[in-house]
Amino acid sequence: MRMNIHLKNRVACVGAGMTLFRRRLYETSDELMWLAAKQALEDAGLTIKDIDCVVYGTAPDNFDGIHMQSEALADGGGALNKPYTRVYVGGGTGVFSAIAGWWHVASGLCRRVLVIAEEKMSHVQPHPQYVFHHIFDPVTEKPLGVNLIWIFALEMHRYMYKYNIKKEDIALVSVKNKRNALDHPAAQLGMKITVEDVLNSEVLVWPVQRLDISPISDGAVALVFTDEENAKQLTDEPIWIEGVGWNLDTMYWTNRDLAFPTYLYYAGKMAYKMAGIHNPRKEIDFAEVYDPFDYKELHHMEGLQLARKGEAPILTREGVTERDGDLPINPSGGLLGVGNPIAAAGLMKVAEVYWQLKGQAGKRQVKKDVVTGLAQAWGDLMQVGTVIIMRR
Amino acid sequence: MKPENPPGTPYKRNDLEEGRVLYTEDSLELWYRWSLGKYLSKYLEGLKEGRILGRYCKACGRIYVPPREVCQYCFRETDEWVEVGDTGRVNTAVVSYIQADRSRMDKPLIIAVIELEGASKGMGILHRLGEVDPEDVINRKIFGKKVKAVWKPPEERTGSVNDILYFKPVEEV
Amino acid sequence: MTRVALVGIGSTQFRPETPQKNFKELMYEAASRAYIDAGIDPRKELDCIITASEDLWEGVAIFDEYVPDQLGGVLKSVFTVGGDGLHGIIHAYMLIKTGYFDLVAVEAHSKVSEIETLQKIYHFAMDPWYVRPVVDNPYVLAALEMMNMMRLLDITFDMLDMTIMKNHLNAVEWGSPYARIYDYDNLESSEYVAQPLREVDIAPHVDGATVAVLASEEKAKELTDDPIWIEGVGWATQGGRVERTLHNLPTALNTAGNMAYVMAGIENPMAELDFAEVDDRFSFRELVSLAMLRLDGGDLMEMVVNGVYTLDGDFPVNTGGGFLGNGYPLEAGGMMKLLHAVKQLRGEAGFNQLDDPEKALVAIRREVPSNSYAVLVLGR
Repeated sequence: MRMNIHLKNRVACVGAGMTLFRRRLYETSDELMWLAAKQALEDAGLTIKDIDCVVYGTAPDNFDGIHMQSEALADGGGALNKPYTRVYVGGGTGVFSAIAGWWHVASGLCRRVLVIAEEKMSHVQPHPQYVFHHIFDPVTEKPLGVNLIWIFALEMHRYMYKYNIKKEDIALVSVKNKRNALDHPAAQLGMKITVEDVLNSEVLVWPVQRLDISPISDGAVALVFTDEENAKQLTDEPIWIEGVGWNLDTMYWTNRDLAFPTYLYYAGKMAYKMAGIHNPRKEIDFAEVYDPFDYKELHHMEGLQLARKGEAPILTREGVTERDGDLPINPSGGLLGVGNPIAAAGLMKVAEVYWQLKGQAGKRQVKKDVVTGLAQAWGDLMQVGTVIIMRR
Repeated sequence: MKPENPPGTPYKRNDLEEGRVLYTEDSLELWYRWSLGKYLSKYLEGLKEGRILGRYCKACGRIYVPPREVCQYCFRETDEWVEVGDTGRVNTAVVSYIQADRSRMDKPLIIAVIELEGASKGMGILHRLGEVDPEDVINRKIFGKKVKAVWKPPEERTGSVNDILYFKPVEEV
Repeated sequence: MTRVALVGIGSTQFRPETPQKNFKELMYEAASRAYIDAGIDPRKELDCIITASEDLWEGVAIFDEYVPDQLGGVLKSVFTVGGDGLHGIIHAYMLIKTGYFDLVAVEAHSKVSEIETLQKIYHFAMDPWYVRPVVDNPYVLAALEMMNMMRLLDITFDMLDMTIMKNHLNAVEWGSPYARIYDYDNLESSEYVAQPLREVDIAPHVDGATVAVLASEEKAKELTDDPIWIEGVGWATQGGRVERTLHNLPTALNTAGNMAYVMAGIENPMAELDFAEVDDRFSFRELVSLAMLRLDGGDLMEMVVNGVYTLDGDFPVNTGGGFLGNGYPLEAGGMMKLLHAVKQLRGEAGFNQLDDPEKALVAIRREVPSNSYAVLVLGR
């Protein structure tokens, strides 16, 4: 990527909406899309007639049990007779669909874009996790009976080994995020727990325990992006999208450094360069980093240069990442607290940055005055980082 | 406070079971016959013979295990076959108590990434560990220790990663 | 704002089976050819790589994982689009238009020969409540669509036969394994798959991979004296409801086409374009595409009967032989069409070469039962 010195189309976020995040929702996938889209459009003061194109995000294809599922769900996104597309980078899709929304506007091709991310995991029987069995290499890994939590546990344990991190410090992330989620109206798992609760919860794959993990969820989130001219007509205070970045590492994950997310470092660098940020730790006021597991919040803070290598657990222990801290991380409650309908969870993070920058987060509003926020997601086979930076 | 009144109608598992939520069912059984290609074929043939093979890239000097057609750094075809050892060091290890569908296992399984000797630094493979006390995994004493492959008897090998039963420690943990 | 050019394209051959290579090796073959064609070092110069795919075609979940290594994309900006390769091209176009990206590669492929249960995948693509219990075969949906389109656009079997013969003839030069010299008697004896759809109306499946490299104006001028410019793009969906879309003309194709025409400043497509590569997954689709893209000169039948769409005609269509002649490579379908168009515009189409063509249209619809369209206008 190079710098664009002739920037023509600034992109603004002017509306956001979301459904509840729950283990099981009665609405079908396209109904969830519609509910989220309706709220986002109302928030922006627009109708579907004003929308030029629709971007849809969902992580794997198979949760809905429909092949080419994006095609089947087009109606739920109001995409009839409109340019409509689905992009995916696995778990990173939520933030990535917002990035795709950005380039639809930044390219000058579209003026008003509806970005929808939706995931309905409750369809899958007996357990949604089985879908992930098929993300592994069918020759070198699947015959070993591999499951999804193994690889995260392997990464978490390597991270703990390399920087000598205690499980207690990692558990603090889960405690913080679930507590933050108590103030989120859509949250699935807002609760008051202690470090002991995490350490005493069921061991799934050591070192990963039940309360280290985000839940399985249904839900949808939608955002409305417009160009500068439209944004200024619609609102006095648009939130600008100032930087985007994404990066994918090799699929041979056993050949990678598991203690540090190099791909995220590059994705962050790309977004910082675009946003003109030289010192992320000072210039990013708060961040929504991807936290499907508690250690991932720490891992990602380090990848994003919001903490030095091995420093994120210390910042967490010192309360720096609390809502009233110097660098609030996941004030929404994150995936651990609000829930994890995969792609929708990523876009929920972008929505949270929007609400925080607007000062509309109510009880969740971080204490310090915020101008610049960052949302990030992660996915595929622990190999992709997606980053978006927004400013007031 | 945003989001305001997020919509959605939650229900519980027993709402399904007791007929308060209606549903239809469908299942899908798919079969694929993936070509292995030149490189993976040779890798599996090697395993059948009790050898672990890698590919060497002359341009950057890396040795890849599992073997690859393309060097990820140089974007050129790798050059030579290299037999790496069946010993290595534990990069990371975990104790699994659940299976792929999240049901509990009868007996916990130890899974590791093993950096093979003879391959480039950081080139690990995923496999099981055996003859290891789970406690030594939990306290991370096993990390960095030397392990060696325990092979199936030659007549039972099929040309699969499972031709290696597991890796076992060959130095004191 | 920068213009966007196609500076390189590379492809494997399209074959019914490719057992000697796995999908990664197939992708690598196409990618290395495209990068040589563009004269670039992908590791140093590429800003972004896009793959077009869908998980069940591949038999894995989250196919995006599997792509970076063999495309030179490790630790680069890579993503996957759930669409045809042309949708990928459109994303690449937009990325370059933002001004932040100089060089973007797009890949699409098919390994359809490795799917043993293809019919089940098609069944699984249908609506689970209304359609699946009734229809288990994609060709039944295609036949319903064919029935309606023939009625709405006055398409006759003679017109279809001429289209089939033309495309097969055009495909001979491409060394297609399917290309046949048909006469009317051959066609008449073709069996019905689902009346009115005959076997000869259906393009058979093939394996293959194609990669294209797109560049900003500045970069394109560095790389080549003779780039192919992407002058207009358009895409749209007709929605997910088969029961609605089978019975109506595909207005979304019209929407997508008009979007591309406006962008390219084209008012009278048939006069301003030199040829077109349009969807012919089924024979009738070629004629429907031409009608919806305003390439029917007001009277589709007259055009077909007078041979306007043949290589020697005034407005050649599917000069490379299309899917009917070469086979249908799933999401790489649009890329095959793009390849044929680029070869024509570059003057590399051999026996099929038209006389100095300057502007072309490429249009695609995704596989049944989808209703997504993508359109490109290319110029020299």
